[in-house]
Amino acid sequence: MTDLTAPSVHSTDVVSARSRFPVHIAVFLAPALAIYTLFSIYPLIDTIRLSLYAGDETGARSFVGLRNFYTLLTDPNWSGQFWNAFTNNLIFFAIHMVVQNGIGLGLAMLLSLPRLIGGSVYRTLIFLPTMLSVVIIGFIWQLILNPLWGIAPSLLKAVGLGSFFGPWLGQESTALLTVSLISVWQFVGIPMMLIYAALLNIPDDLLDAATVDGAGPFSVFWFVRLPLILPTLGVVSILTFVANFNAFDLIYAIKGALAGPNFSTDILGTFFYRTFFGFQLQVGSPTMGAAVATAMLVIILIGVLIYLFGVQRRLQRHTF
Amino acid sequence: MTIRPGRIAVHIALVLYTILALGPIFLILINAFKTRRAIFADPLGLPNAQTLTTIGFDRVFANSDFGLYFFNSLTVTVVSLVLIVLIGAMAAWALTEYRFRGSTILSLYLAIGIMVPIRLGSVSILRMMVELNLVNTLTALILVYVAQGLPLAILILGEFIQQIPKDLRDAARCDGVSEYRIFFSIILPLISPAIATVAVFTMVPVWNDLWFPLILAPGDGKQTITLGVQQFIGQYVTDWNAVLASLTLAIAPVLVLYLLFSRYLVRGLTAGAVK
Repeated sequence: MTDLTAPSVHSTDVVSARSRFPVHIAVFLAPALAIYTLFSIYPLIDTIRLSLYAGDETGARSFVGLRNFYTLLTDPNWSGQFWNAFTNNLIFFAIHMVVQNGIGLGLAMLLSLPRLIGGSVYRTLIFLPTMLSVVIIGFIWQLILNPLWGIAPSLLKAVGLGSFFGPWLGQESTALLTVSLISVWQFVGIPMMLIYAALLNIPDDLLDAATVDGAGPFSVFWFVRLPLILPTLGVVSILTFVANFNAFDLIYAIKGALAGPNFSTDILGTFFYRTFFGFQLQVGSPTMGAAVATAMLVIILIGVLIYLFGVQRRLQRHTF
Repeated sequence: MTIRPGRIAVHIALVLYTILALGPIFLILINAFKTRRAIFADPLGLPNAQTLTTIGFDRVFANSDFGLYFFNSLTVTVVSLVLIVLIGAMAAWALTEYRFRGSTILSLYLAIGIMVPIRLGSVSILRMMVELNLVNTLTALILVYVAQGLPLAILILGEFIQQIPKDLRDAARCDGVSEYRIFFSIILPLISPAIATVAVFTMVPVWNDLWFPLILAPGDGKQTITLGVQQFIGQYVTDWNAVLASLTLAIAPVLVLYLLFSRYLVRGLTAGAVK
């Protein structure tokens, strides 16, 4: 089918449109497809290809099949770091799912209350941190949590939690949680906005009908509103997943490429960066870097596929 | 009517969260204008006649090319944005207006870029930029950001173009206007509200990005403001005045733009909301 939805009035155009791909469509599409293919799709495919090669000191590359992945998953020098980064990333993601999306849902519920005064002001202000660079947010919290400045301990003391304070970013046991919560603090606005929009889309009739039938506020939430916003919660989850398994900037800004203390904040993004560019005594390796990137790609694709075929299909029936 | 005490509790909760969201940023902004002694003695106080100083800003401007970094970020962001909107609108128009063989596959092909982060192709992107002699140029960043921003832009613009009444273009076609003129003179002006939404979505990640500047343009005075601040703070980590001032300089432009354009962003994020 090469006919256009809008019939052309020129007889010459009709002939050309029927016989071959219309030139103007190609002209409209070409720039976008060219740049997108060249600088987005091709590098991704080429990265996968590179992950199957190994380079030596001279820069020559030889095909090694899946050996890089075998090294990554079994070599004691690599696998420990990889699984550490992967586990940390899972924790990072779990904290976002529970805290970020939980608070986001709560704020969205409050903001979607009918006739709420100042709702748009709250929305705009709470969303503000999301707009700032992750790097800047990282430094801001690093200063605030710095025991030298003492602002965090004195604020905690004011609410009676003074003894609770510690150098959270510096301790191995608390660094990952602290970094995760900083990220949660910054990005809470995104689930809030998306869920808020979904809640507004629920017809009033449904809520009124439930109320008339004797449902209390909790039942209305649990049995009417929550099921109806499940598709949006699915979208929020997959967005969180992709963003978390691709995160790098915050850890790099706060902790540097070594993701200290003792790699306790190392996630796949920082591990990828170190593998690619090297650090301290280890020389960077583009091919091993490509292997780590490919592993990350596989992880993200698995997540996306679970979402598309496992979650989204089941949820679609709830949409209007 | 709703119960009053419940409403008050809602507002208390929202105000408390708003304070939590804005407090840290506010803290940085006020302390950037205070003397070192006041930063430590009274971190929560506003700068007053005794404590007001701009010494941090003086040091930032004396010891770094902040103006240049700002200009680099501005160039990269604006050029990327113009290209994404123009090229993206052209593709969105082609994909929504015309039915042709492969249009569905093309849309799916473009959707890959929404889900898969282009960052994972960095090894190859760097290799390509080295071969093209584009390392440490703003061009390298612009090309990558355009490729990164296009898929979402095409999706948003496509949905918007679909809502434009068919009559307009059909009338133009009857008058013998070329497809190119229909797009550039009729469609492009009509989608300006969507362009504002795309602009906000595109500009923010580009302006804030650390990864690609770090990998593709880390030196030669081509640093963007995010990377510039990161490098500057790394060097002057003990100079609290300078650190706070550099953070303030990085925050201020985004803050102003956000407060000016937030309604477009909110509209975009809550698109589809009927009320």
